[in-house]
Amino acid sequence: MRQRSIDQFVAAAPVFAALGDETRLRIVARLCMAGPQSIVKLTDGGEVTRQAVTKHLIALEEAGLVRSVRAGRERIWEIEQRRLDDAKRYLDLISARWDEAIERLRAHVETDD
Amino acid sequence: MSTDRIEKQVVLKAPQDRVWNAIADAKQFGAWFGMEFDGPFVAGEKLTGRIVPTTVDREIAKLQEPYTGHPVELQVDTIEPMRRFAFRWHPFAIERGVDYSAEPMTLVTFALEEVAGGTRLTITESGFDAIPLARRAKAFAANDGGWTAQADLIAKYLAR
Repeated sequence: MRQRSIDQFVAAAPVFAALGDETRLRIVARLCMAGPQSIVKLTDGGEVTRQAVTKHLIALEEAGLVRSVRAGRERIWEIEQRRLDDAKRYLDLISARWDEAIERLRAHVETDD
Repeated sequence: MSTDRIEKQVVLKAPQDRVWNAIADAKQFGAWFGMEFDGPFVAGEKLTGRIVPTTVDREIAKLQEPYTGHPVELQVDTIEPMRRFAFRWHPFAIERGVDYSAEPMTLVTFALEEVAGGTRLTITESGFDAIPLARRAKAFAANDGGWTAQADLIAKYLAR
């Protein structure tokens, strides 16, 4: 069980690379909130070209964050939930370290020296 | 679904000045966190120090033991007496022989507020998305032992 959790975090690395870009974060946020979408819809209203969005989607796909399904002549992009969970788990770990630190601070301030 | 920021909030049953001193006094901060600094916290200044086992939790102290003496560096950002203390640091900067100085830091902020029965403390750490990915992956890979032990401890803690 120990090794598994470490592997999970190492495996989450490409997720952070993929998310370390504002445009890509926006695409992910949009897919999260609005659900599966075609590239046309994803480009809609933004300043980023369709070509650029496609490039970002491919990077996100390589990181396992999104996937696409064919629907007629276009591809519909959607979130790959499991990988996002990995990224969240990474943050949960840091978060848990702060929980520990807070308990130490509590021990320090709530007891009489 | 931010991967950039963490926020923690807790009410400590202690007066605000006590909590403030525990955080803004480098000596006291080191005692509970598990670090030893070469001077006081001064806004806008860099402060070096090293990891030393915490004095308030034996189990954590044991985990910190292998990292004893490992250098740490804080860039103190803000000191607003009794209310706000913030610094930047390199999270997970515990891989031996690695120079982290050129990499982006995360910003850690402690905000204090007096409430009935004690002090509300809000801790935020932000800027994770800017940390180079290779570093994050390595931080995990290189500290396998430490992290597994830590993960176990966390699991134990969470299961309580």
